[in-house]
Amino acid sequence: MNALSINDLYKTYGSGFEALKGISLDVGEGEFFGLLGPNGAGKTTTIGIITSLVTKTAGRVEIFGIDIDEDFPAAKRLIGVVPQEYNFSIFEKVQDIVTQQAGYYGLPYQQALAHAEKYLRKLGLWEKRFVSARELSGGMKRRLMIARGLVHEPRLLILDEPTAGVDVELRRGMWSFLEELNREGRTIILTTHYLEEAERLCNTIGIISHGKLVENTSKRELLRKLDMETFIFETTAPVASLAPLTDVSFQLVDETTVEATKSKARSLNDVFAHFAANHISVESMRNKTNRLEELFLGMVEK
Amino acid sequence: MRADFISLLSIARKEVIRIFRIWVQTLVPPVITMTLYFIIFGSFIGSQLRDIGGYDYMAFIAPGLIMMSIITNSYTNTVSSFFSAKFQRNVEELLVSPTPNWVIILGYVIGGMSRGLSVGLLVALVSLVFVQLPLFSLTYTLVFAVLTSFVFALAGMVNGIFAKKFDDISIIPTFVITPLTYLGGVFYSLALLPEFWQIVSKANPIIYMVGGFRYGFLGITDISVWLGVVILLMFAVLLFTVNLFLLEKGYGIRT
Repeated sequence: MNALSINDLYKTYGSGFEALKGISLDVGEGEFFGLLGPNGAGKTTTIGIITSLVTKTAGRVEIFGIDIDEDFPAAKRLIGVVPQEYNFSIFEKVQDIVTQQAGYYGLPYQQALAHAEKYLRKLGLWEKRFVSARELSGGMKRRLMIARGLVHEPRLLILDEPTAGVDVELRRGMWSFLEELNREGRTIILTTHYLEEAERLCNTIGIISHGKLVENTSKRELLRKLDMETFIFETTAPVASLAPLTDVSFQLVDETTVEATKSKARSLNDVFAHFAANHISVESMRNKTNRLEELFLGMVEK
Repeated sequence: MRADFISLLSIARKEVIRIFRIWVQTLVPPVITMTLYFIIFGSFIGSQLRDIGGYDYMAFIAPGLIMMSIITNSYTNTVSSFFSAKFQRNVEELLVSPTPNWVIILGYVIGGMSRGLSVGLLVALVSLVFVQLPLFSLTYTLVFAVLTSFVFALAGMVNGIFAKKFDDISIIPTFVITPLTYLGGVFYSLALLPEFWQIVSKANPIIYMVGGFRYGFLGITDISVWLGVVILLMFAVLLFTVNLFLLEKGYGIRT
């Protein structure tokens, strides 16, 4: 069964702006789905429609087979949402924010408290449970929203840019936590600007651009479409010049840095062999950009 | 249905916690204001005035001042709390949940009534320092207190839904509710007015709320108490329907 099924979804705002122009996509149960796209592409509008904060103009949305036009409350019970911007009362205590949310989903107070403890502990906020939300750091506020989104144990968790503005260490901690949730069987939909995040976490990826879905496939399939890849080589000694190689273009960034863009036809072994033949010793090598990023830029810039 | 009830309790609990968290803003100021009214109008000026309906002026205005507190605080609580929830966007916590709109309305209204009736009770306790208030009918007193609080909490909710900026939450209280309350028989009996102004005054719904509530304490009235109950019930149904319509339409909360 699909956790989410969107069919021909349109949204035109009162201003006349067409945010979504007929999006269709399916997210299977248990998937870790990444919804990518530049700012204003329609990611947040799509999530807004799924969570009822935005009313759709046309189209159909089903959550685990439940049509939101027929029984939105039943569909909502299956969804947890972590929005992009803070949307809790900064004056309320951490524990109250989470238990109240559980109450809105019909969980009795004692059960809400138990769930709140479980997720606040997992997210390292249990010691802060009696603190006002305004006293939390930015990273803690993000984790609070994740705990709040999980407190009613939804089968589908939707996170809109959950790691925006979060430092690297915390981001990696959150990734591990989300991977654990996914391993437990929870379907996760993630929008993100960090393509490294999508490449690490998601097994299926949809790319939205200008209100249209330009790609929706597995990450493996998507990366297969990447025909050109760029690497940066640091050399042990200055490089004066480099002989050309078919299917590879070289560029000297500085005297010890070579940028090589190769097609799929060429293996990296060929490039290394070429360096060796030119008496160039490579000290280190890295991707110029994240692989998904190269593909993403190619798609949204079309 | 059980889930809706738990949701209702959660909203009400949140609202009550809010009222007591900011008690210096919610509970203390109205009590101080009303104490000054009792001292200035009741003691200083009232002692120079003749009795109204067989009661001294202090006893006459006490129910009016209690009702004024109930009206103002029931309204203010819902309008400020709901607008604040929109402003901080934590209203989205409710909107993404399966909580039905009627539960959201009732939850906020329970919050407004909690504050309105709490302040009303505190002002009633303060009044006992100044006057020995009789209690003619507990039923009428409670019916008018509860229904009026309910109606004004609903009215505050409508204002909260429409409000887009902080100014919008004070316009109606300043330019509509306060004048109607002052002209609503809190400080004077309708019988003291010329006939024309008595007729005009009867178009002011607050006359019936203050009059009915005073009847509960003193057993005297210059309006029809039953008409007061009917008017309150009509306003309750009308305002609840308006709130429900606005939330169903997503006015000001969904795009």
